[in-house]
Amino acid sequence: MLKMRQVTKLFFPGTVDEKIALVDVNLLLQPGDFVTIIGSNGAGKSTLMNIISGGLKPETGTVTIQDTEVQQLSEHKRSRWIGRVFQDPMAGTAPHMTIEENLAIAYARGKSRGLSFGVNRLKRLFFKEQLSLLGIGLEDRLRARVGQLSGGERQALSLLMATFTRPKILLLDEHTAALDPNRAELITAMTEKLVREMQLTTLMVTHNMEQAIRLGNRLIMMDKGRIILDFNEEEKRSLTIEKLLAEFEKISGHKLADDKMVFG
Amino acid sequence: MLHSSVTFVQEGHLLMLSSLPVTIQLGMLYALMSLGVYITFRILNFPDLTVDGSFTTGGAVAAIMIMQGYHPWLALAGAFVGGLLAGVCTGLLHTKGKINGLLSGILMMIALHSINYRIMGMPNVSLFKIDTIFPNASAISEAPYLRTVVFFSVILGVLIIKLLLDWFLHTDLGLALRATGDNDRMIRSFGANTDMTKIVGISLSNGLVALSGGLIAQSSAYADVYMGVGMIVIGLASVIIGEAIFGTRNVFFATLAAMLGSVIYRIIVDLALRVEWLEASDMKLITALIVIIALVVPAAQKQWRNRSVARKRALTLHTTDLPGGESDA
Repeated sequence: MLKMRQVTKLFFPGTVDEKIALVDVNLLLQPGDFVTIIGSNGAGKSTLMNIISGGLKPETGTVTIQDTEVQQLSEHKRSRWIGRVFQDPMAGTAPHMTIEENLAIAYARGKSRGLSFGVNRLKRLFFKEQLSLLGIGLEDRLRARVGQLSGGERQALSLLMATFTRPKILLLDEHTAALDPNRAELITAMTEKLVREMQLTTLMVTHNMEQAIRLGNRLIMMDKGRIILDFNEEEKRSLTIEKLLAEFEKISGHKLADDKMVFG
Repeated sequence: MLHSSVTFVQEGHLLMLSSLPVTIQLGMLYALMSLGVYITFRILNFPDLTVDGSFTTGGAVAAIMIMQGYHPWLALAGAFVGGLLAGVCTGLLHTKGKINGLLSGILMMIALHSINYRIMGMPNVSLFKIDTIFPNASAISEAPYLRTVVFFSVILGVLIIKLLLDWFLHTDLGLALRATGDNDRMIRSFGANTDMTKIVGISLSNGLVALSGGLIAQSSAYADVYMGVGMIVIGLASVIIGEAIFGTRNVFFATLAAMLGSVIYRIIVDLALRVEWLEASDMKLITALIVIIALVVPAAQKQWRNRSVARKRALTLHTTDLPGGESDA
């Protein structure tokens, strides 16, 4: 489904600030894989996401989505295959537009945007049905402006908008990190349910090690622009936070340091 | 221009009565310009100074086409297309050329000044005694009811264009355009090319502005290379006045506000011109002041409100929470 081969990305090449963001990254995702990614600050997790989504272009290497090489395609062209939820709850929705208008924008993913009504009766019914799956009452507020929703509600809407057109790949970039623990748990549960029901191929960056171990069928750890650990479903089942930390120290030669890292 | 109206003095106050329809009609013709400004300023969040140039482009194209014998309606279509093209240029400078938005507008405004002069071939063109879409003075003196017909036709015509714009802003493309100004990162992640939506928006905006310029040239039977100077500020003032009065709860009201804001602006101008110590040339200063006040007051109000809410909230914390206590909900 997703294949990355020998991807390297530099920032500020040739200057004193040169930073190696990704080095020779190889990654192969099977359809339906749900991969969690952890790593310390500056490990290259966000760069990896941006290379896949098209926000950044790699210096070398290829990114292939379902037999199409995409590394040179612009972000908006790739987004026909890629659904994405950002860390910032404000980032995934248009605040001055209504819930149904936001959903209509998401619904048009991969289609050409022409001069037919964005929201019509049929679509509205579909949106209502989809919103009711979230179970937080948004289906009764179709015409409310998204700016009036709470951070958690906005993130739930973003998640639905990113997934309900069944993208080939779903990118979740610490999408619960900005929420309080209760809401974060709610969004995590929604994520699990939607990914499972739609069998979406998913990459999820998280700072929560417990979550990284609990969710998905594969766990990747990154450090200094490289993928240093890769646990499959079976290995992951017996994994604990302590084991993960010990493995990390053994391979990287330093302790996992991240202000945001949550261990429990 | 159109200040030949009858005024009469009543108890020491200057009242204007009979000129009101004329002022409203003028306001409606300028309303297309403020709708254009609404698209860039409010929807795309892009203050587009091209307007000063493209308004004149509309007037120049319409006047010259009529002079050369084209049908006045075709001349209007020409004005619209001229504005669309000017907008595409500004959009390209901004998106593909990566030039700052304000600067792209200024560059196009300056470039258009020369182009407008080339279109007209002279500093001004008079359409006196030439047929336009508006009946000329002799036709009106023969059949005074035409004045009423024109008045209602203008209102109806502008209203139809407003409704077409409302419709457009609810189509898939229109939604993408609105989202571009609201959250461009989000709309890109759903597959819209924001360069394209910006160009479409800026182009449509300047098309409407030029259409307005073409209508003003026809209704005043006169086009001048300076007719667009200060137009962007008038457009901003109209949009802001309209929003203050009619609100912006949805697209329908927002465009209605831009439209009626233009009419109210013209009425304000009309009243200001009746104040003895004000000169007609003071209008640009007054317009700038309206925009400045409208921009400064809400921001100051918001800041003041936030501060007072924060202070009250802080005071309640002092009285209810023990130091070091858990306040996290």
